[in-house]
Amino acid sequence: MATTERVLPISALDRFNARAQPRPRIAVHKFSSCDGCQLAFLNAGEALLQLAQRVDLVHFAEAGPVDPEAPVDLAFVEGSISTPEEAERIRRVRANSRYLVSIGACATSGGLQALRNFNADGAVGWTEAIYAQPEFIQSLGSATPVAEHVKVDLELWGCPVNARQVFQALRQLLFGVAPVVDKDKLCVECKRQQHVCVLVAKGEPCMGPVTHTGCGALCPAFGRDCYACFGPAENPNTAALACRFEGLGLVPEAVARRFHFINSHAPSFRAEWLKWQEPE
Amino acid sequence: MSEQREIRIEVPVLARVEGEGALELTASGGRIEDLRLRIFEPPRYFEKFLEGRGADEVLDVVARICGICPVAYQMTAVQALEQAFGVEPAPWILDQRRLMYCGEWLQSHALHIHLLALPDFLGFDNAIAMAQKHPEAVRRGLRLQRLGNDLIRLFGGRSVHPVGMRVGGFHRAPDPARAAAVLAELRDALPDAEALVAFTAGLDLPEDDQEFTSVALRHENEYPMYSGRIVSDRGLDLAVHEYPEHFEESHVAHSTALYAHLHGQPYLVGPLARLNLNHDRLSGAARAALAATGLRLPSRNMFHSVIARAVEVHEAVLQAIELLERYRPREPAHDPVTARFGQGHGATEAPRGLLWHRYRLDADGMVRHAQIVPPTSQNQARIEDDLRRSLESFGLHHDDDALRLHGEMVIRNYDPCISCATHFLKVRVRRR
Ligand code: SF4
Ligand code: SF4
Repeated sequence: MATTERVLPISALDRFNARAQPRPRIAVHKFSSCDGCQLAFLNAGEALLQLAQRVDLVHFAEAGPVDPEAPVDLAFVEGSISTPEEAERIRRVRANSRYLVSIGACATSGGLQALRNFNADGAVGWTEAIYAQPEFIQSLGSATPVAEHVKVDLELWGCPVNARQVFQALRQLLFGVAPVVDKDKLCVECKRQQHVCVLVAKGEPCMGPVTHTGCGALCPAFGRDCYACFGPAENPNTAALACRFEGLGLVPEAVARRFHFINSHAPSFRAEWLKWQEPE
Repeated sequence: MSEQREIRIEVPVLARVEGEGALELTASGGRIEDLRLRIFEPPRYFEKFLEGRGADEVLDVVARICGICPVAYQMTAVQALEQAFGVEPAPWILDQRRLMYCGEWLQSHALHIHLLALPDFLGFDNAIAMAQKHPEAVRRGLRLQRLGNDLIRLFGGRSVHPVGMRVGGFHRAPDPARAAAVLAELRDALPDAEALVAFTAGLDLPEDDQEFTSVALRHENEYPMYSGRIVSDRGLDLAVHEYPEHFEESHVAHSTALYAHLHGQPYLVGPLARLNLNHDRLSGAARAALAATGLRLPSRNMFHSVIARAVEVHEAVLQAIELLERYRPREPAHDPVTARFGQGHGATEAPRGLLWHRYRLDADGMVRHAQIVPPTSQNQARIEDDLRRSLESFGLHHDDDALRLHGEMVIRNYDPCISCATHFLKVRVRRR
């Protein structure tokens, strides 16, 4: 089910190394997240060992090396910014990195935890509901994408991102090639794989028509509707899709919830959610 | 005057129960006076996000609590939701769930043993450095980890936040040809898994006997994974819904993670607790490989957790082979479900230990209230207890570096979460 890979093998980094000394320095940083995106590296198996031979992994706490303040050529950032300490730390990461790549929904749109941004009394009320002693909890009222805090050179969507995405970005940036990110909608990939359309054939409220491609059209392959974990595609026609959902029998609140999920803070999804809050 | 020194150990970047953590201890005359494991988890409010969501949305939300064990969260939630809806899944569905769950045990345990724990026992800073000297051990770990991921993918399309589960069963039954390919891989991996048990038992593990209470699920005839009653080695024997009457979650000033206690006392969940309570439920081959190591059970040495993990890798491979050998696809891959008002509980064994969920649903089957007790908050009090005892028996006269390394090793041993397990503890010593 993997889409065809038209990227350089990791061994191509040897040419980079021959030209430029010292070896490229890479960091993987974690903010508020589930750790799922870093697994794109940790689950890569042999490719991870090859990578470790060709670059210096100076900071990647899950894999072992810890040196969060070291200057690097390329920093991958997972997770959203949700505490005062994180807002501080992301500035230092930016200052120490030549390129900064946000990986995953959390880092790129705030992710699932950005749902807190819409809570009427802010996260404060929730803290009180969950923790017996809320005064001990340090938290910002919001969980926001990295790009709302510092400049981001490349955004990789997905919850989680996969190995193909991160290794492709790594090669392209280290070779000084402008990174190419496929901007198609999920539907295109789904049709390419010749799945039965779950929206047309089964009447499921599939988010494929407005969702960023990249996952390999997994949900339609399983006969279920996409829930947009890869975030909004470029120029998504969210209004038309929302009306279609209503036509399928979804009540306005259920239509709103389709956009108010993994990438609720992404502007186009946020706007559509707002529209369905108080339908005329 | 006895020598009193204040030792401060800091974990600058903790995770899963992620964020920042620190360990502070004050010692005097060779004894620890005060010890606090501080965990600063950026609160992510998952239980609140669940309110107002429908049952199938719940599965996609809870997976995202943890990228390392999304399957455990989905399994526990689906069990609770089906109970609330009065659905009894068919045996075929229960079999496939155990099979998928075996994948997560394999993936998570192989990763922890080889990439996280082994560098401690073989004397390396990390697995990447270790791979130069012990490439075969690292490759074996990566192979078993990949196999676990393949097994999850069979049912969920991807191994992190898989998309295949639904209330009532699965969206799609695995394709028989792909299932056969994974079965062949599993058979090939059996020697690896068996060798791993002997390998971990042969490690030079610290000797450190402690008193603790083990808590795990217990099933009539299976090694516990997807279901069972909640038992302890002190006579506790509960139905899943009785959990809140005996276990209490509290919030202490020095940590944002919630602490769980059993009748006011710390307790252990996870591989060693499971093995202590359930070694008689292992399949024949796993029991034989374990017996060959000479390990006496129940064990009171927390460092035997790495052996317990290896035994469970072996067991997961054996179970998965057995389940796949009788695999037949089913159409549809799920039973019908009607949403309704109700309450349901779920408890399963995540790789790191007992995971407990409770949902209250309204008449449309939407979540009114959710409660989730993950293994790490259950082990937190036990980790503090362990640190206190093992640092004392290790000897507080050791220098800061040695104390830090030992403290880190103790924490990692619980596999509290992949990232919190790998971070450095900083030691600062102040003498008064
Ligand atoms: S984007 Fe998704 S997979 Fe990645 S860290 Fe966030 S919740 Fe986890
Ligand atoms: S939710 Fe959509 S984007 Fe995410 S895996 Fe499913 S099909 Fe792909």
